[in-house]
Amino acid sequence: MPAQNFEASVLVNSQQAADIFLLTVYLPPQYDKPKAGQFYMLRAWRADEPPLLSRPISVHHYEEGTRALSFLYQVKGNGTQKLAALKQGDTVQLTGPAGNGFPIEGRHVAVVGGGIGTAPLFYLAEQLTAAGVQTECLLGFRDEPYRLAHFARGGRNVRVATDTGSYGHHGFVTELLEPAQYDVVYICGPEPMMRATAKKCLAAGVKCYVSMERKMACGLGACLGCTCKTEKGELVCICKEGPVFEGGVFFG
Amino acid sequence: MREVYSLADLHVTLCGVPLQSPVIAASGTFGFGQEFSRIVDMHWLGAISGKGLTLEGKAGNEGERLYETPAGLINSIGLQNPGVRHFIEQELPAMKRLGPAAMANLGGSTIDTYEEGARLLDATDVDLIELNISCPNVKAGGIAYGIRAESAKEVVSRVRACTKKPLVVKLSPNAENITEMALACEAAGADGLSLVNTFQAMAIDISTRRPVFQNVFAGLSGPAIRPIALRMVYQVCKAVHVPVVGLGGIATAEDALEFIMAGATAVQVGTASFANPHACEEVARGIAAWMDKNGVKTLDEIRGAAL
Ligand SMILES: Cc1cc2nc3c(=O)[nH]c(=O)nc-3n(C[C@H](O)[C@H](O)[C@H](O)COP(=O)(O)OP(=O)(O)OC[C@H]3O[C@@H](n4cnc5c(N)ncnc54)[C@H](O)[C@@H]3O)c2cc1C
Ligand SMILES: Cc1cc2nc3c(=O)[nH]c(=O)nc-3n(C[C@H](O)[C@H](O)[C@H](O)COP(=O)(O)O)c2cc1C
Ligand code: FES
Repeated sequence: MPAQNFEASVLVNSQQAADIFLLTVYLPPQYDKPKAGQFYMLRAWRADEPPLLSRPISVHHYEEGTRALSFLYQVKGNGTQKLAALKQGDTVQLTGPAGNGFPIEGRHVAVVGGGIGTAPLFYLAEQLTAAGVQTECLLGFRDEPYRLAHFARGGRNVRVATDTGSYGHHGFVTELLEPAQYDVVYICGPEPMMRATAKKCLAAGVKCYVSMERKMACGLGACLGCTCKTEKGELVCICKEGPVFEGGVFFG
Repeated sequence: MREVYSLADLHVTLCGVPLQSPVIAASGTFGFGQEFSRIVDMHWLGAISGKGLTLEGKAGNEGERLYETPAGLINSIGLQNPGVRHFIEQELPAMKRLGPAAMANLGGSTIDTYEEGARLLDATDVDLIELNISCPNVKAGGIAYGIRAESAKEVVSRVRACTKKPLVVKLSPNAENITEMALACEAAGADGLSLVNTFQAMAIDISTRRPVFQNVFAGLSGPAIRPIALRMVYQVCKAVHVPVVGLGGIATAEDALEFIMAGATAVQVGTASFANPHACEEVARGIAAWMDKNGVKTLDEIRGAAL
């Protein structure tokens, strides 16, 4: 289904770590509910204010009963600074849900996240658990971890790695992963982390999914600004055919 | 549906084609329309200009494709498209069903491929052909024909001979002389002109000390270019007799009205659809509201008022 565009009202916008915020909005009932791995283009500023483009942010959580839709984001520049300034009752423009989302597969799986790449994996973990899939969470952070209690909900096993060694394993999250234990591995993080993790899975013959990131103008498949070349040299539109792909498509 | 309480009549006729509104979605910013089908009320759109096509399709440019500037966007898409045949078979039927007139934006690398593309489109129910001789992102993707009036004249007259469809030639603001260019295209048989395409621009990444774009130069669009685009539309409207479609940075009804008062028959909205996916509809609604407020019943009353 093509995406919709609408205003949503802010329920809470709270700081989770030094530069990490959690924005929760109310999704009005007439709009489609999102799947894990889908994203919205967010805009908390007028059309004639900078930055020109809206910002793509993944669904961190969606709660069916309350229609509370959450986004976890890292403040990087102008756009995310403006998101961070949102207060309860403010409105934010959303375009979405966009993209394909993660397929819910496997019986014993791992979600592997690096930094803010953990954002879409929480809703995915909840969906996997709800589907009866045994899910472990391997989460990597530079220094300060966040949202660990949420990942641990429902008895999920959570293992953490930090670059600084301030918490959990001192090193890369990829080092915590033993792919052979799982039948599917879901990966989201910086591209080098996704490449290393996907290669490790593929070498062990384990199916994996990655969520790709590109600059986006429309998020709708209309501008072709987010086109990427696969290993085989095919062109894919990250915002529409992705952002989720089998690991081998880019890192085979 | 459109409100019935407005007295404003937004209908215009472009090169013989009746449009329900003077607002057209600009090529490359609106896909083939489907992507916006649940966002924009298509009753407010006069036409949709689809993604730029080439005969055989193109992969587009590698590397960075988008870069934001103050009130602007530099793009280096490079005419990525599925080809004219794919468009005709897979996209056009659904595009026609959306309601607005379907405009096929045709680029090319050689005159032969322009001609063959135009012949194929001629046999379809596409409503207008917009001949793109102005894409700055492909070396042989049209810009070559869009700089010098002599080269433009040749490609336009050869394509003209291949189709009876209304032919709108899209001009580049990078032309050596925009008025001469417009006159040359008119003389070569263009039924209408649209302008402007993007301005050749660039950006440098100071951390790598290299150009941001692999092609070095790319095309600037958005509000930053609007006053220059308006000046060019004004100059061209003064010079030619064929209808002109004005575009470049239009984001509001007021912006669009400036172009109409400069003589444009219709306008296109491009980059604004990224900042506000409702932009096309809001521009059209805003024009109707302005007309009601100012007692203007048809756009003929104000078209070219500033000339
Ligand atoms: C499908 C998708 C889902 C995303 N989900 C999330 C999410 O859930 N949470 C989250 O925090 N972020 C997410 N992002 C990234 C987020 O969109 C960017 O961080 C944001 O656009 C930065 O905007 P800004 O104006 O704050 O920073 P800018 O001023 O635009 O940039 C600041 C710095 O970040 C870099 N940057 C900007 N955009 C990107 C990008 N798309 N990829 C890599 N580097 C970039 C710039 O080069 C610059 O160095 C997602 C991106 C995509 C494509
Ligand atoms: C991402 C993008 C892709 C574009 N692709 C095309 C194209 O394929 N063919 C074309 O004639 N113009 C193309 N254009 C140019 C626009 O149609 C328009 O002429 C230009 O952007 C100026 O208008 P604007 O400021 O309203 O966007 C493209 C522009 C953008 C931003
Ligand atoms: S961001 Fe426009 S096509 Fe993907």
